[in-house]
Amino acid sequence: MAQIRLPKNSKIDRAAGKHYPAPAGAKNVRVFRVYRYDPDTQANPRIDTYEVDMDACGPMVLDALIKIKNEIDATLTFRRSCREGICGSCAMNIDGTNTLACTKPCDEVKGEIKIYPLPHMPVVKDLVPDLTHFYAQYASIEPWLKTDTPPPTRERLQSEEDRAKLDGLYECILCACCSTACPSYWWNSDRYLGPAILLQAYRWLVDSRDEATGERLDALEDPFKLYRCHTILNCTRTCPKGLNPAKAIAETKKMLMERRG
Amino acid sequence: MATEPKAAARPLSPFMLGQYYRFQLTSVLSFLHRLTGLALALGSVFLAAWLLSAAAGPQAYARFETCARGPLGLVLLLGWSWALMYHLCNGIRHLVWDAGWAFELKNVYRGGWIVVGVSLLLTAAVWTVAAL
Repeated sequence: MAQIRLPKNSKIDRAAGKHYPAPAGAKNVRVFRVYRYDPDTQANPRIDTYEVDMDACGPMVLDALIKIKNEIDATLTFRRSCREGICGSCAMNIDGTNTLACTKPCDEVKGEIKIYPLPHMPVVKDLVPDLTHFYAQYASIEPWLKTDTPPPTRERLQSEEDRAKLDGLYECILCACCSTACPSYWWNSDRYLGPAILLQAYRWLVDSRDEATGERLDALEDPFKLYRCHTILNCTRTCPKGLNPAKAIAETKKMLMERRG
Repeated sequence: MATEPKAAARPLSPFMLGQYYRFQLTSVLSFLHRLTGLALALGSVFLAAWLLSAAAGPQAYARFETCARGPLGLVLLLGWSWALMYHLCNGIRHLVWDAGWAFELKNVYRGGWIVVGVSLLLTAAVWTVAAL
């Protein structure tokens, strides 16, 4: 059932938030309001307010988060690695949409910069969601090349046209921005695979070298795994890599229709 | 790792549309499609009441008409007529998507605004014809 409100232990305690004022003399101050949750206490999540001197800070939201962690509050916890939009670690809800903190300029946000973990996910700590289920769903689509024919003595060749079919699919970095932007995934993620995993599933369906297409389609033909997609398109709207999961899902549905004849 | 007591106690991150996740044309029109579908199901009761009153004779029909032409009745009818037009237009948009077309974000937005515009125009047209 569609859940409308947060469970009791997840409600944000508005009064508990701490405030870290800007250093004296800072001229270009921006306010960051960041979701905080500490599993070591019994306390509910809270929102901390950090005032950051942007004259001494890089342009991206991740730069500000790193500055906060280094100079203001070392307890702030978030994932980051590549800082150039290729690892997908710093996916979070910034200013009401999911994106990568490392490729999101602070200048694109008006007023206070509100930062939450990816929506409707169990929170491990602060901005770190538990992605165990998401990765298990990824494993369930068997994301590797499957063949019956004996391996050739060299690489499995692919025409340029067949290779081009993977464009817009192989670039997915599995950051989970799209899946956690999808209301259908919020409410059915126990059985619905969600846009990211379905885009990955389609990536193997259209790979000319893969020989398990029928088997893969069988696995997807399920009222929940695939068909909980209602073409809301929040996925495509939010993808920080500019990919189109909704289109991949539609193409998968078409493949199933065409197979039925 | 077999049983991790923390996992069950983990809070759920905020998600609610509007408050934590921005309303976007994509999600708003999708929810409207559902809500108008629901409204139309309720509206069919109104339609049945109209037919029943017509079958029950002139007196019952007159009573129904007084209700329907009252301020509340008119507001409801206006809502239902728009709901019908919106659900129809957006249904066609869904058919286009089912064919695999118009998924580029630009076209998603274009299609969305067209549906909003055309549904309003059709509603206006229906009421203009009804007023003649």
